[in-house]
Amino acid sequence: MAGKDIQMNIITAIITILGITALLTLYRVFFGPTPWDRLIAVNLISSKVVSIMVAAALLFRRNIYLDVALVYAIIGFVSTIAISKFLEGESRGKR
Amino acid sequence: MIANLFIFFGLVFFFFGTIGTIRFPDIYTRLQSSSKCDGAGAVALFVGLMIREGFNIFSLRILIITFFLLLTNPVSTHAIARSAAIRGIKPWRKKDNKESKKERRIKGK
Repeated sequence: MAGKDIQMNIITAIITILGITALLTLYRVFFGPTPWDRLIAVNLISSKVVSIMVAAALLFRRNIYLDVALVYAIIGFVSTIAISKFLEGESRGKR
Repeated sequence: MIANLFIFFGLVFFFFGTIGTIRFPDIYTRLQSSSKCDGAGAVALFVGLMIREGFNIFSLRILIITFFLLLTNPVSTHAIARSAAIRGIKPWRKKDNKESKKERRIKGK
């Protein structure tokens, strides 16, 4: 019983540290000088949220959290590609 | 023990990647730090969780997510850097920093 408590404490520590680092990354989202900085920070937060979802799936022993994590990773990838292509194509109209 | 070591390495990569993303002066340096955070930190964390879990349905799905992250993170990083380079953002240099400020004052921007 004590060993199981230690394992659960490790996963709780993972979730806590990743949450704190995601909150620190929000600084770059708010005060980033260019749109690309905000895009980098949002991509990083998306990756951290995927890691938090995987750790939460092992904490609560639910299968479906891993599916949620995979779908969130796909949505983050597609949104990053779309926003970067949008920021790239903005210069063609002005020139 | 090995699983805890992998998890520790993953958390260390995440922490220093976050510090680099906050503190570095340019887009490209921040992108490099963020890419290390995605590629090394998340994969090491997932490998540690898979070793701790054993052969299971959980570890199989974590393996799928790991392969997906290994495929997509370099692609998204390259897309961001390419769009910033096409748009004309120059890399940060220590010597040219004061000169560029003087040029901006001369041009009046």
